[in-house]
Amino acid sequence: MLNKKVMTITSSNKLSYRDAFMLIIKRDLTIAFRHRDDILNPIIFFIIVVTLFPLGIGPEASTLSRIAPGIIWVAALLSTLLSLDNLFKSDHNDGSLEQMLLSPHPVFILVLAKIIAHWLVTGLPLIFIAPILAVLLHLNENSYGALMLTLLLGTPVLSLLGAIGVALTVGIKKGGVLLSLLVLPLYIPVLIFATSAIDTSAMNLPYSGQLAIIAALFFASLTLAPFAVSAALKVSTN
Amino acid sequence: MWKWLHPYANPEVTYHFTGKILPWFVALTVITLSTGLVWALLFAPADYQQGDSFRIFYIHVPAASLSMGIYVGMAVAAFCSLIWQLKLADASAAAMAPVGAVFTAIALLTGSAWGKPMWGTWWIWDARLTSELILLFLYLGVIALHNAFEDKNLAGRAASILTLVGVINIPIIKYSVEWWNTLHQGSTVSKLGKPSMTIDMLWPFIFCFLGFALLVTTIICIRFRTEILARNSIRPWVRNLVILENK
Repeated sequence: MLNKKVMTITSSNKLSYRDAFMLIIKRDLTIAFRHRDDILNPIIFFIIVVTLFPLGIGPEASTLSRIAPGIIWVAALLSTLLSLDNLFKSDHNDGSLEQMLLSPHPVFILVLAKIIAHWLVTGLPLIFIAPILAVLLHLNENSYGALMLTLLLGTPVLSLLGAIGVALTVGIKKGGVLLSLLVLPLYIPVLIFATSAIDTSAMNLPYSGQLAIIAALFFASLTLAPFAVSAALKVSTN
Repeated sequence: MWKWLHPYANPEVTYHFTGKILPWFVALTVITLSTGLVWALLFAPADYQQGDSFRIFYIHVPAASLSMGIYVGMAVAAFCSLIWQLKLADASAAAMAPVGAVFTAIALLTGSAWGKPMWGTWWIWDARLTSELILLFLYLGVIALHNAFEDKNLAGRAASILTLVGVINIPIIKYSVEWWNTLHQGSTVSKLGKPSMTIDMLWPFIFCFLGFALLVTTIICIRFRTEILARNSIRPWVRNLVILENK
């Protein structure tokens, strides 16, 4: 029903850019909440991966608190990667992606709306769960603020950069492994600066420098990634 | 002004043109690379601190700069193929990717072979080493994307987008030693006017660098030609070529 509305409305010229943007977000959120598994599975995966580390490394508090930032961030990367598949796949399969590309609205806006909706259902929950997992990993008390802030600025970057990879592989049948090969190298800078910020905060030093770099990555990818995504989608849908 | 360039958009013309210049590149490569390597490995003076192990640099530095250079070349080709839809630009990008990946791997391997006696470790998570490793992953991603599509034109366009996204890594590698100031030393050769190397060491280096650059050009040229043939295999001129070959 809502899908149909999107198709009919995006093909008319009367809709303002903001309305189109909000409509796509609303549609994607509705679809996501009707398939709750797609939201819950990456989160459960995130929790399970984090709990595997203390079991594998041993429950020593000093070791765990030393590696906690890295574990939480790597788990966040992997669970984002896992959830990326949903971003364009179903739309590509049922043809609504092509309708969006054909619509008179700039693809930039529609793509940005889809990525934001994706972040709202996959990135945002991680930020709320991370502090609880950080308690389990004995994260240094001074680091909670840094953990939350880096996740808040960093997970949107993961969604934005990941969208490029998904857009490139959406037309390929076995795109899953290829997707991780394409996307993970692009994630490395975020990982480096985020964990470095958390480590610095544990020593009670200012970490605004690393945070500023993550923010720069965020704004650069926010403005540039949708262009790459729309170009890639045009290649994939051909 | 650009008129002289237009004929080369035709695969047939480019194929014959590269066929004509290829022997020159082969000859130049053999001359410069053999002179450079023999001079560098046998006759150049040993370093007063590092002894003979510094000779690895005659391979390491050219490989590392060429790994970045090939990526930039690939990005220019990707840009041209996306903007002007040049099919030959796609073919050249596809020809460059594996060569670049191999040179990145050579740079990493020779670097760690030097790092073991000098830094006391095969590997260290230094900014330049890490960013060079990311470069290797980017090359592998581009190659994988080239192979993932049945349709070579689609593959070329998809890989072009990924290549352009990855360009951001090049300045990070180039300036990593200046920005982070970690273990990897700064550049010694390209300081304008005053290289911090003696002339005895510099000349063999110049020969080695030119030799490796020409080697890359030769390999890419050969790969580019086969790439053209593979993509145009149904065209009559390729068939005629095969018939001529078999006569």
